[in-house]
Amino acid sequence: MSAHVIESKPLVVEHKEEQENYLTAGYTLKSWFLTLDHKRIAILYLLSVTTMFFVGGIFASLMRLELMTPQSDLFEPDNFNKLFTMHGIVMVFFFIIPAVPGVLGNFLLPLMIGAKDVAFPRLNLLSWYVYIVGAAFTMFTIVSGGVDTGWTFYTPYSTSSSQTHVVPVVLGLFITGFSSILTGLNFMVTIHRMRAPGLSWFRLPLMVWSIYATSIIQILGTPVIAVTLMMAALEKVLRIGIFDPNLGGDPVLFQHLFWFYSHPAVYIMIVPGMGVINEVVTCFSRRSIFGYRAIAFANVGFVVFSFVVWGHHMIVAGQSVYSALIFSILSYLVGIFSAIKVFNWTATMYKGSISFDTPMLYVFGFQGLFLIGGLTGLFLAALGFDVHVHDTYFVVAHFHYVMVGGLVMAFLAGIHFWWPKMFGKKYPESIAKFAMILVFAGFNLTFFPQFILGYLGMPRRYASYPDEFQVLNVMSTAGGSVLGLGFLLIAAYMVWSLVFGKKAGMNPWKATGLEWEHTTSPPPTENFYETPIVNEDPYNYANRDFTKDFNKEVKLGA
Amino acid sequence: MHSSEHSAHHPALAHHFQDLDQQKDATWLAMWVFLGTEIMFFGGLFLAYVIYRSSYPDAFAIASNALNVNMGLGNTFVLIISSFTMAMSVYSAQMAQTGRLVVFLILTLVLGCTFLSVKYFEYKDKFDSHLVPGRHFDFAHHHDPKTGAILEGAHGGSANTESTSHEAGHSEKARREIQIFFSLYFAMTGLHAFHMIIGAGLLIWLIVSSMKGRFSKEYNSPVELVGLYWHFVDIVWIFLFPLLYLIGRHHHG
Repeated sequence: MSAHVIESKPLVVEHKEEQENYLTAGYTLKSWFLTLDHKRIAILYLLSVTTMFFVGGIFASLMRLELMTPQSDLFEPDNFNKLFTMHGIVMVFFFIIPAVPGVLGNFLLPLMIGAKDVAFPRLNLLSWYVYIVGAAFTMFTIVSGGVDTGWTFYTPYSTSSSQTHVVPVVLGLFITGFSSILTGLNFMVTIHRMRAPGLSWFRLPLMVWSIYATSIIQILGTPVIAVTLMMAALEKVLRIGIFDPNLGGDPVLFQHLFWFYSHPAVYIMIVPGMGVINEVVTCFSRRSIFGYRAIAFANVGFVVFSFVVWGHHMIVAGQSVYSALIFSILSYLVGIFSAIKVFNWTATMYKGSISFDTPMLYVFGFQGLFLIGGLTGLFLAALGFDVHVHDTYFVVAHFHYVMVGGLVMAFLAGIHFWWPKMFGKKYPESIAKFAMILVFAGFNLTFFPQFILGYLGMPRRYASYPDEFQVLNVMSTAGGSVLGLGFLLIAAYMVWSLVFGKKAGMNPWKATGLEWEHTTSPPPTENFYETPIVNEDPYNYANRDFTKDFNKEVKLGA
Repeated sequence: MHSSEHSAHHPALAHHFQDLDQQKDATWLAMWVFLGTEIMFFGGLFLAYVIYRSSYPDAFAIASNALNVNMGLGNTFVLIISSFTMAMSVYSAQMAQTGRLVVFLILTLVLGCTFLSVKYFEYKDKFDSHLVPGRHFDFAHHHDPKTGAILEGAHGGSANTESTSHEAGHSEKARREIQIFFSLYFAMTGLHAFHMIIGAGLLIWLIVSSMKGRFSKEYNSPVELVGLYWHFVDIVWIFLFPLLYLIGRHHHG
């Protein structure tokens, strides 16, 4: 089928750019809301996760405002409970989990593997609608008064004592879970069955490996949280006993089932972000990735180990000391795979020709902050230390360093890196650098004091605290304001760039990869003018002539 | 090599696939992966079952005796036969024998509905005898004298030497444990029945499609995929039946 492709000459872009792309393919609302194009679905996800990110951000801001003073003056403790619960639910289930797979995964996966679309475009659109229905339930819960259980919904409080709207929000998460499952299934089949000719497993960009690993976790883990939430909802509605000790149930069983999903979910959040880092760090170091196979298999390691460490969330929750010991050791072992990746990215930069464009700045941010987040994770895996800081701000700081310092940094790196591909426009580079510095500085000012607070013994989830913690809390709130300003600035100039941004050209970064070298920016609806044929390893920067204009022609075939 | 000329233009071929083979491979993989998610989904309930059965073995044995084994056994046979008719449907589709395909699909649907009707009568019986967990749950009112005796027997021994308040506590404890069995019984069989209802809907869709002549020798994957799903749902029942219906008999046998 490929005999005629090999002879074809590269396509000169100027003629092509005037032609239709996926954005100009239709302007009606229907053409967006009934689209089967993975790229448009990615944009739908971008709008929805960004909205949810700011909703969650508002809850965070209100919490930080309350924590300016030692007394609970701005909010009653009951309302504070609702604030941190809604912050957690919105951020975890509606931003962090779908952010990278939903936006970057949807947009890039078919492009990176040289396919016209994902394997099941209708299912892909359905996933987005399912997400929206779940989000609607959650929003309904928010306007009708919120939930106060914490995002973990621990029984028996959630099923027997809490007077808030546990059932609608649990239903919302149950529904959203299926969005995650269907996306994972879709991506997994796409990677198996839709790769372009010549694109063998070890020629895949590592981002694809990351998405694959994430998909496996979504497929195996999410059904478990779905059935767990179903049981909790049944217990709440029908008063049957599954987790409530008054009805003969076992509340610790809920925790086991909950964390059996929710620990692997941490890898659903961070692994696709790590995928982004691979793409960006190679491009701006002009080097091939160091230790391709080690990184690829580290993803597999994450999949396996993510499912056997859930007990480290329950060290003080009534599991035997021997279980705790084993979970502790296993949790240490996960660090190996993170270390493989971080060391390999560092080695990739070594002797590279590094440039300091905004996406790369976010990679530097990610490297440093994820390192702190990861290493404090090892502190927490140590039994004695965990007993000391359990349920304190130390834990809060730790997972925010991983989730915000890690994932949000990676997400922003990816958004900036592929923005020209998605919309054909460049964002304003110097404002973007300034915003990155705001985010980085604001983030550290917000969360570093929380390590100290936690170590000194300030428990999480309280609206009031002893006077001596006030200085650190005010620092944290001040940092939060800077962080929030940074995010708002990013949103503003990104929207600005859609209209006023400079035309990007097909490959402004001179990056390798099918999405950069084989199609225009933005790509046409079916992604490529001809099915690409892959005949080299990824990140083959050694083999590129950077004096050439990378924006001129689309490579066709081999 | 993959595609023959006419399969590349088959009406069932979606635009983003190269040929029918690639499309079929993709849908097959997707169905298997989906069944994997289903295993994990049911897995949570099976885990809860395992935990509580090992915690409360006596209560589970007693409660299991209150289920109607004959209905359960009958339904097991109904489902196994329906798996056979489903397999024959797939075979007929592959052989492009549309008439036989429709007949076997209808037979499968009828058997599925038979299962659901029997399940309805079982549920109704449990409802009438106050065996549905919740406010009205009352195992003592259960009319089977044999089971009632076992219930007292299981907890009468300790009651001789202890105070009456303890005795009340014991029967309350037994009540709670038995209720957990029934909670799991309804959750597991209910989820299974829900899957059967989905399966019945899919069968109706297949019957209509095959009467319209949509399936051929080269394009019949919907029949095969629904077949996989149907067999999976049957297998879940094969596990549910002994775990729920037969443990009491085994225990006291």
